[in-house]
This record gives sequence, C-alpha cells and structure tokens, in this order.
Amino acid sequence: MSVNEAAGTRPRNEAVPGAEPIIVVDNVSKSFGPLQVLHGVSLTIERGTMVAIVGRSGSGKSTLLRCMNALDETNGGTIKVCGNAVAMSDRASVKRLRTDVGMVFQSYNLFPHLTVLRNITLALTVVQKKARVEAEKIARDVLALVGLADKAESYPEQLSGGQAQRVAIARSLALSPKVLLFDEVTSALDPELTGEVLKVMEDLARQGMTMVLVTHEMAFARRLADIVVFMHQGKVWEAGPPAEIFADPKTPELRQFLSSGL
Amino acid sequence: MIQFSSTHLIYLIEAARWTVLLSVLAFIGGGAFGLVLALGRVSQHKWLRWLSAAYIQIIQGTPLLVVLFLAYFGLSILGLDIEPIIAAGLSLTVYTAAFLGEIWRGCILSVPKTQWEASNCIGLSRAQQYRYVILPQAARIAIPPTVGFMVQIVKNTSITSIIGFVELARAGQIVNNSTFQPFITFVFVAIIYFAMCYPLSLASRHFERKLNVGK
Repeated sequence: MSVNEAAGTRPRNEAVPGAEPIIVVDNVSKSFGPLQVLHGVSLTIERGTMVAIVGRSGSGKSTLLRCMNALDETNGGTIKVCGNAVAMSDRASVKRLRTDVGMVFQSYNLFPHLTVLRNITLALTVVQKKARVEAEKIARDVLALVGLADKAESYPEQLSGGQAQRVAIARSLALSPKVLLFDEVTSALDPELTGEVLKVMEDLARQGMTMVLVTHEMAFARRLADIVVFMHQGKVWEAGPPAEIFADPKTPELRQFLSSGL
Repeated sequence: MIQFSSTHLIYLIEAARWTVLLSVLAFIGGGAFGLVLALGRVSQHKWLRWLSAAYIQIIQGTPLLVVLFLAYFGLSILGLDIEPIIAAGLSLTVYTAAFLGEIWRGCILSVPKTQWEASNCIGLSRAQQYRYVILPQAARIAIPPTVGFMVQIVKNTSITSIIGFVELARAGQIVNNSTFQPFITFVFVAIIYFAMCYPLSLASRHFERKLNVGK
C-alpha cells in the first residue's frame, strides 16, 4: 500500500483526562524454558489511543501481546487490563478479561466449519446469551462495518485472506471490547490485500477504539499510531509519538532498525 | 447327507442379523465410552489422562478373546450368570471403546491449537470450546478412520461364536456340522461378511475424498 504520509496523518487521540490507563504492564518477564523473551517490560496504554509495537522478529512483541490477553503466563511482574489483574490461573479474572479485550491473529483463526455469520454470533449467543435474532443483527452490523455484508452466509474457505481477516476483526468487534489487540494481522496477506485490512483498522482508530498492534507496517504505524513502542531483545527500548520515534531515534538499536528498510 | 440348500443360506442370513446387532451394540456402547476416554486422554486433569491412558493400554494389549472369556466365564464365577449376548456386547463395547478412544484422541489433537486460542479469546468456556469449535472439526477428521474401524468390529464379532453365541460364524459351523460341506458353507459365510463390510469400506473412502482429509 502506498501511503501519503503528509496528507494521511489523523488528528492524534488525546488520552482521556483523569481516566485510568486501560492497560498497565509493570516489569513483566517471561521465559520459554531456558529462553527468556521478556526482560522486565513496562508499558502504559491510555484509553482511546492506538499503540503500535514494532521491532524485529524475536524481540518479544507478540509474546507481550499474548501475555496481555492471558494466552501466555508471565513469570514475573503484573499486567492490569481495565483495572483487573491478568492471571491465567484465575478463572474469574480471565473471564472478565474476555469481556474487555478482543484479539485478532495473524492467521485469522476463523472457525472453518461455521459460516461467517455463525463465526460472529457464536460468542454472542453462547457466552453473552443473546437471542439469535439480536445476535444476527449485531453480526450483520459489524460485517457492514468491515464491508462484508454480502459474505454472511459464506464459509471461511470461500474468502480471500483480506476478507477472512476483516471477518476476524468483525468477530472481535461484535463483542464490543474495550480494547482490541492485533497480532501481526497483515503479515500473512499479499501486499494488495493488506490495504483493505489496514483501512478497517484506520476506521476503528478514528472512532476512538483503543488498539494495540504488533506490526511490521511501519508506514501505517507512523501515520496512524498515537504511540510507537520499539522493542528489542525482550525490552522496551523507546516509546513515544511516531514523529519523535521516527525522526529522532535516541538509541543506535532503533536507528539501525529503522534504517534496515522495514 | 444333507445338501447345502437355500434353507441353509436363509439360516446364515438370519444369523447375520445377530452379527449386525452385535456390531451396532459395540459401536454405540464403544462409541459413547470411547468419547469419554478420548476426552479423558486430553483432559486438563492429570489423573483423568492417566486413567484413560491406562485403560486404553491394557485393553489394546489384551486379545478380544480374553476379554470375552473374562466377561462370560469370569463374571459367572463372581456369581453373575450372564447371557452370551450380554457378555458378547459387553466385551465388544470394552474393546471398541479403547480403540475408538485412541483414534478420536488423535482427531481432537489434530484440530489446530489456534482454534483453541481463538475460541478462548471470545470467551468460550472449555466445555463450550469442545462443543462448538473443537469436536465438530475433530468429527470431520474422525469419520474415515471411524468407519474403517467399524469394518474391524463387524469381523471381530465372529469371535463371540466361541462362547456359543449364534451369529454368522457360529451359524456357519452349525450348517457345516449338518452338511459336511465346509467349502461352500464358509464361502457363503465369507460372502455375507463381505456384503456387510464392503459398503462400510466404500463409505469410508467416500468420506475421505469428500472431506479432503490430508489436504
């Protein structure tokens, strides 16, 4: 996607004054066996902002996102989402987390045996106990939002990658989460398909949705993120508004990363 | 000497109904218990996993004949005088459950981990994940090997002739005892078994193609 960076910037969202940050990551570490992937990461995410986490493969950015959503257990430190401490072992806490946080994956992870509509209504009827009619109305609304109203009866295998990813976003949106996590959602897509997914994310950002994305789309992060976080070797190296991060990298690591042409 | 006649053939076919009934019993009982075992094998509770694995290992390592003897003679020693049909149905259930449990465990595990994560993230409980997301996908994968295993069940019912249960194989022995024409008798027995198993094999192949397993 070609991005006109000068003309395409959006008005930055300001953090809601006096409001609690929506996600607070405090000194979190995480190891997979002998391999430590997060070394005391701290990060605060304000309501209504878009935060882009960038960095090389293996820098721990996806793991951080997964820890925020209790898909991986942390080995130290704390994570609070909407004031609720995240702990994989605490069922009540995870249950609350599921109502607050939506997540979109690199490989879409739609349910292949269900229609697009049922993919979206499943949690609405089963978890939120909504009536079928109401759930289907919500599903059709979010499908329209991502521009796929005509695909309700299709099965995931009949969709292109870009369409599948937009359905995955719609599936998360239908549950009206307070924050959406995006884990390299365009990395599996052909370049001509990433645009349609980024467009949907841009619309969401403009509507004030709190979003945390792990991404390799540097132009997108630069144009739309309120905060860019650079991770390297399991630590947050630098964080700040994209103008600062991109124009004036403080560390040689970030400078090198930016010049590597990603 | 009595010649093999249509009367004998009809007798064999009637006995084959018991073979079908036994197969259906084994499949229903073994399927229900097998599902419990499969879920036990992938349970989050260690002792459930252990218990299911132990059961499967023991039964898979024991000849069906021995299971049958234990059910028929063993239980009668314990004072339970059971009918051959009950002993046959019970032992086939016990045996089938172990194999289906292991087959289905593999099918459940072959559903990608990401399906668990995605359904977890939208708030489904573990039971809901199984019901709405994991088992429907596992079932698709399970159809060809399950139908294939049913062929084995149909043929294995013949072993119950040993405790005097008159199904197709036992009926063949009885006919042979009166006609002394083992060749023609057992050719017909074989043809009837084939007529029951071949449609199952065809169905298994059909599902395999239709579901594109291994795509």
